[in-house]
Amino acid sequence: MCTLEKRGKVYILTLVGDNEEDEHRLNPTSFDAIANALKEVEQSPDAAALVTTNAGKYFSCGIDMNWIGESPHDRMDVVLEKLENMLASFMRINVPTVAAIRGRAVSGAYMLALAHDYRFMTQGSGELYMCELDLGLPIPKGMLTLIRSKLQPATLRDVVLRASKLDAQLAFEKGILDGVFEDKAATLEAAVKEAEKLAARGWEREIYRGFRLATFPGVAEALDINVPYVVPASFHF
Amino acid sequence: MCSLEKQKNIFILRRTGHGEHRFNPEFMDSIISAIAYVNQNAHQASAIIVTNDGKYFSNGLDLEWMSHDKEIRTQAVGDKFVELLAAVMSLKLPSIAAVCGHACAAGFIFALAHDYRFMRNDRGFLYMSEVDVGMTIPPSVMSVISSKVDSRHLTEVMLGGLKYGAQEALRKGLVDSSHESPDETLGAAINVAVEFGKRKCKGEVYLGLRLGAFPEAAEKLGIRSVSVLPSRL
Repeated sequence: MCTLEKRGKVYILTLVGDNEEDEHRLNPTSFDAIANALKEVEQSPDAAALVTTNAGKYFSCGIDMNWIGESPHDRMDVVLEKLENMLASFMRINVPTVAAIRGRAVSGAYMLALAHDYRFMTQGSGELYMCELDLGLPIPKGMLTLIRSKLQPATLRDVVLRASKLDAQLAFEKGILDGVFEDKAATLEAAVKEAEKLAARGWEREIYRGFRLATFPGVAEALDINVPYVVPASFHF
Repeated sequence: MCSLEKQKNIFILRRTGHGEHRFNPEFMDSIISAIAYVNQNAHQASAIIVTNDGKYFSNGLDLEWMSHDKEIRTQAVGDKFVELLAAVMSLKLPSIAAVCGHACAAGFIFALAHDYRFMRNDRGFLYMSEVDVGMTIPPSVMSVISSKVDSRHLTEVMLGGLKYGAQEALRKGLVDSSHESPDETLGAAINVAVEFGKRKCKGEVYLGLRLGAFPEAAEKLGIRSVSVLPSRL
């Protein structure tokens, strides 16, 4: 689930759950809530930047494998398509975006962070982790296109081919993050400040959207292609 | 030529002898055969380490051999080198180049095709000599370089004709670590390989992730996409 608040021209989308320990797992309900929030920002006449963050302990631990596991044959494709649509929406949104990562971000949630223009993270709050290799799962082509577009070769190799778990400081050194902060409050404050700076530039929103799509060509298009996912025989939900 | 051994459950492919290990079709075929064997037995191993005896990882293409029948042999070597790079990028387990000597031109590119590069820092350098020698690099081979070299350093690597010792190579992200001697370099590679063995870094999933991470190189080297995995659903 998520909340959406407005501070002047900056929208803040917060991933929330039932309690502090909620993993903010992504399932159709969460994807739909996020999609509605993005639509509201997109259509708001005076929106000029978006910050995405989380409440509680975790940014998000990825897609809801429990929900999928109840009926994997159809639910895996449903979730992956919604994930790809969400990632494409963030690549297409017509305002600058800043991710304030205040907790562990795994797999689909890691990709969500990468889909933002800027990334700030709280030191000691958890790790960035692309877990697919450890689970023996392929990464769909569209998602790989997004990941590739944001990471340098050696970092790409460490993230995808080594499933490295990176804390904020290490992620910053590898060029994944734009800032690291001491605590959660400071992280969000910095992200909002950055968003306000970007908003103050007064950019034409459609031009900004076009620039982002041109800077990372082929990413949104690749995410638009939803291929049925083949779960390896060796994988157990 | 080259020897293939297994230590613990790690394949070690060693270019033997104290020559320059320059690439001609016969030499490259011996490496490609060894790689095919490793792929067939990938399920039993945790990684492959590619290393060298002597002072050279590889000093590049065998220009002397090529000079005896320039046009035909240049084509043959060029085609075979693409095949060699494709073979390295198609390995079904993690590949580590333990660079224990000079890696120049094609030798440097061969090292770049591996997933990881460890290098000795007591002697030897990486050197993309083509700009100095006046050789062009075809798009298929270039795709390996641009996949693996940080874009901040690509201009300097391709057009600067610089010789990078291990320390400088580490700074520029061309290698992952540097070590005091060949034994230490190989030892470090073995330690990392053992770590891979404890995880699921192998098989079709690993290959699929590598090709997915570097699709341009996969396409330009003519590597066909990995077969669809059978689903238990």
